[in-house]
Amino acid sequence: MTGMQTKVLLRNIGVPNSHEIETYLSRGGYQALQKALREHQPAEVVRIVADSGLRGRGGAGFPTGRKWMFLPKGVYPRYLICNADEGEPGTFKDRVLMEHDPHGVIEGIAIASYACEVHQAFIYLRGEYELSYHRLRDAIVQASERGFLGKNILGTGYDLDVHIVRGAGSYVCGEETALLSSLEGKRGHPKLKPPFPATEGLYRKPTIVNNVETLFNVPFIVEHGAEWYRQWGTERSPGLKLFCVSGHVERPGTYELPMGTPMRTLIDDLCGGPRDGIPLKAIIPGGSSTPMMPAEVALQTNLDYESIFEAGSLLGAGAVIVINEKTCIVRTTHRLAGFYRHESCGKCIPCREGTDWMYKILHRIEHGQGRTEDLDLLLDICDNIAEKSFCPLGDAAVGPVRSSLTHFREEYEFHVSEKRCLVDG
Amino acid sequence: MLSEKARQEIRTLCQQYPSHQSGLLAALYVAQQEYGGWLPPEALDEVATLMGLPATYVASAASFYTMFHRKPVGHHRIEVCTNISCSLLGADHLLAYLSRKLGIQVGETTPDGQFTLLEVECLGSCGTAPVIKIDDQYYENLTEEKVDHILDRITTGKGRAS
Repeated sequence: MTGMQTKVLLRNIGVPNSHEIETYLSRGGYQALQKALREHQPAEVVRIVADSGLRGRGGAGFPTGRKWMFLPKGVYPRYLICNADEGEPGTFKDRVLMEHDPHGVIEGIAIASYACEVHQAFIYLRGEYELSYHRLRDAIVQASERGFLGKNILGTGYDLDVHIVRGAGSYVCGEETALLSSLEGKRGHPKLKPPFPATEGLYRKPTIVNNVETLFNVPFIVEHGAEWYRQWGTERSPGLKLFCVSGHVERPGTYELPMGTPMRTLIDDLCGGPRDGIPLKAIIPGGSSTPMMPAEVALQTNLDYESIFEAGSLLGAGAVIVINEKTCIVRTTHRLAGFYRHESCGKCIPCREGTDWMYKILHRIEHGQGRTEDLDLLLDICDNIAEKSFCPLGDAAVGPVRSSLTHFREEYEFHVSEKRCLVDG
Repeated sequence: MLSEKARQEIRTLCQQYPSHQSGLLAALYVAQQEYGGWLPPEALDEVATLMGLPATYVASAASFYTMFHRKPVGHHRIEVCTNISCSLLGADHLLAYLSRKLGIQVGETTPDGQFTLLEVECLGSCGTAPVIKIDDQYYENLTEEKVDHILDRITTGKGRAS
């Protein structure tokens, strides 16, 4: 089955000692960095990445090259941050890359930093990822010893230091401006945009924040060219993407596929279909904050930004959560509402109060004390959080609640009228 | 009191950054380690003094992050992910099982001070759910039998079990 996968990004995963620099070098590692530094001016690297059409893999899908072009001319120092605060429930691809191919992450950071004329880069790593921390730390030491980081890299005169900053348990710090606050030694509160980080970010200096997987793509693009990268995917969603599949499939895990691959290929062919043959009820296509879809709708879509959006959800970070028909949608949504309530930073009222109310209402519905009017009340709260919150966390919290009420309202109604779960019978 | 070694480590950490305040989270980790896995008020005060920050500021920042513990924890922290992917595959049952086995509720520490049971948000191991983290180690694809085996290894001093 793995033969059906494209193995470009994951080419080193599963190779013995894939995290060691000798292994990485023996498989062609750091050649893209040499090529970038020796053959291209920084602006040329930016152009190549822009031409490739690479879009940010953290969830928002913003074109990476265009983001880099937002850097104001002549303003220094600039910073680059690798956003490794992978916290979206359902997502674990960045962890796979950092644990098993940390030099790929470092090379991506180095090339992106060169392109953006950055001399100090940071990896903001979620605190729980202990092994990632050790692997990245060792990789930085090894890369520095071989002259791929530090002063006068490969004799080209380019200098770059990379530091790891460990988060300490906060989902909102994956939002780029909250990440900046945290990196500045503050509570992880988001900041008002604009100014966008590219203009005024870390220490109020121009700052590029890119996701781990985004940066991981960069060496491949620089080494082989934008056209090569565009052999995969669609016109508007080019390239390769890592998909994390979890929940009720036979073989959950991380899979690499061209953008635009049918969802059915991922679920049925690669993941072996529904776990224990139990039919599917719902699929959350892009991580816990993306709207839940009825499984039969989701299985008709393709895995690219546009297709999933047209079908009523979002590709997000490519975290596909598969839910079978024996699962209570109310209980599942209640659990997610608890998560967003816990992670709301408290800065803005719609999100702080709204996530708490949603959780309380779902709690009483789940526990047989719901009222008929609660369902519309939940939707009303959704309307008052979505697009009215300070940062995207509010919208994220609305995702599962609104979509589950839209597609599985009968389960809620059963809970309210029968004071028990439809699934339990 | 923080040891001189810890104080020096914090000073060094803070010098890595263009602004020394960026070292705050790293400093709190060092202090938490020194104080046996949690941050009593005096630890926060010491970090504040060392970094030249107001004590209330440091306390406020520390309280924002779930990995900084503001009450004592046991020798081993058992963190059970119950977020969506893990709960789809039985994390709630696993948490209840651990609670019964250890004879404590979530958030409590066993009377011998060995284990603190915590329910945590997504650990980023959804493809190998259900997952728990004990201290700095992930344990994946868990069943009750596997949990028994892991805890036996830890309590009998045989260290980590994979």
